Amino acid sequence: MKKTLMVLILIAILILLPLFAGKYVIYMTIHILLLSLFSLGFNLLFGYTGLLSFGHAGFYAVGAYACAKILLAAPSLLVGIVGGVIFAGLVSLLLGLLCIRHTRIYFSMLTLCFGMMIFSLAWKWRDMTGGDDGLVGIPRAPLEIPGLLRISVAAMESYYYIVLVFSILAIFIFYRLVKSPLGLTLQGIRDSETRAACVGISVRNYRLISFTIAGLYAGLAGALLPPLENTVTPPVAHWSHSAEPVLATLLGGIYTFAGPIVGAFLFYIIKDIIVRFTEYWLICLGVIVLVLVLGFRGGVVSIFSGKGGTG
Amino acid sequence: METLAFQGLVGLSLAMYLWLLSAGLTIVFGVLGVLNFAHGSLFMLGAYFAFTFYGLWGINFWLAIILSLSTVGIVGYLMERFFLRHIYHLDHAYQLLLTFGFILIFDDAVKMVWGGVAKIPAMPGFFEGTVPVFGRLFPIYNIFIIGSGLLVALLLSMLFEKTWWGKIVRASASDREMASAIGVNIPTLFTGVFIFGAMLAALGGALGTPVRVVAPGIGAAMIIQAFIITVIGGLGNLKGAFVGAMIVGILSAYGILLFPVFELFLIFVIMAVVLMVKPQGLFGG
Repeated sequence: MKKTLMVLILIAILILLPLFAGKYVIYMTIHILLLSLFSLGFNLLFGYTGLLSFGHAGFYAVGAYACAKILLAAPSLLVGIVGGVIFAGLVSLLLGLLCIRHTRIYFSMLTLCFGMMIFSLAWKWRDMTGGDDGLVGIPRAPLEIPGLLRISVAAMESYYYIVLVFSILAIFIFYRLVKSPLGLTLQGIRDSETRAACVGISVRNYRLISFTIAGLYAGLAGALLPPLENTVTPPVAHWSHSAEPVLATLLGGIYTFAGPIVGAFLFYIIKDIIVRFTEYWLICLGVIVLVLVLGFRGGVVSIFSGKGGTG
Repeated sequence: METLAFQGLVGLSLAMYLWLLSAGLTIVFGVLGVLNFAHGSLFMLGAYFAFTFYGLWGINFWLAIILSLSTVGIVGYLMERFFLRHIYHLDHAYQLLLTFGFILIFDDAVKMVWGGVAKIPAMPGFFEGTVPVFGRLFPIYNIFIIGSGLLVALLLSMLFEKTWWGKIVRASASDREMASAIGVNIPTLFTGVFIFGAMLAALGGALGTPVRVVAPGIGAAMIIQAFIITVIGGLGNLKGAFVGAMIVGILSAYGILLFPVFELFLIFVIMAVVLMVKPQGLFGG
């Protein structure tokens, strides 16, 4: 009960945020929400299924580029976002079929490889992706359902609510998903592949489902980006961008539902605080990573919930 | 025709840097079982130290390379002794994550010390100039690089095939417990191998200093190349790393000439195909 109350208070704060916060805070919050979605998907693979992907930014980029392309052709926000998600889902289903043939280090290498393939397309396929200039002039198109409603989201505050609604829905669905038999099955596979196979679970199919859902969430985060920034550039597909959900998840906690969300929040807060003192904030992040991996593999959430740190 | 032959030579010299870079990565993986994400950063550190000793302080070129190797060796010692050693028992994922932390640290440390601008030091006098090859001018320095790469390949194969230390290392790579049982001090050996791998990376970086740009971020770029090569050749396979470096180096050289748009894409396609069809690499057992 206490948990539900806390979640409701948090949602209330998020809804009321534009009343007392400035543009910068709103902008930051949107980015925190995007990284939360991105990291949640990533952690379904890593924390729940035991597969470390280093190419997740590829699906984020597919979502972002697909949404941008759609918005440039037909300015309707909903079509752009949903189109981006569907496209990212299809690509991750396809690449998932290939990637889940391996586990452990070979899985990490294969995902890194496919992610970088997508990056090289975004960077070099000028006709389609705009090359290293990226796609520019993407409109923050109005939310439109023909004959029903048409809401302008041109102001940052209005777009914030769009992102918030999508995020809350996606996080709620994710919560139901991991508490369902599907979530438990994935954890079973993570803990013992052989045992899961012996009780009749199709390990491959479940890994593929996990991979595809992870891709869908990355795609959603990606598709929400172009209307915010009005531009998409190749670095969103680069492997160093894949490292962001890895870091956020590690910060927040791998084996907890809220870990990636808390981690995404911490990621931006740490960045924001350190950047005020020094431009070398990555060195601090690097030290934090070392400390977390050596001593607190359960992340911040498990430290505070007293579940013990080592996983 | 001559253009193609010449471009092959260009690819060969590129392949030698990649070989020096990948050799250390694959040796460390073969023995320690750790895929060092920060290996490219050690390459970068080698380049920066060589640049400092040779380009800034004016120390003799050869001495500068030796000093750079020793400094990176010390960095490698610290990394292994105080960090990696504590996580050998964990899943591969944590070793990737820990060494990824080092990429962030090294990248920013380099920016703090040397600034964010790329450095291009002068060429050592005795390597200046070019020789005509296939009707074009080929830098003498590149010939020196090709020679050095081949020499390192020869020395490494002799080290692992002929010497006592090499045999101990191979024995420990194939069965850690057994080697330990017959009296090999595994922790010390691991430290030694890691330092050795770090110094090989530094050698690649240091030798590249006079001709390649020394800039922050080259570590992150190089590690991807090293991953491609070691995966194609088979993780932990030294001969494979040599052939992998040749493939990637020569393919990049021709790729830039023949199909510049999809050169990078094609290399990743090769990596993916190898991973899916023969994950133990072209030379894996």
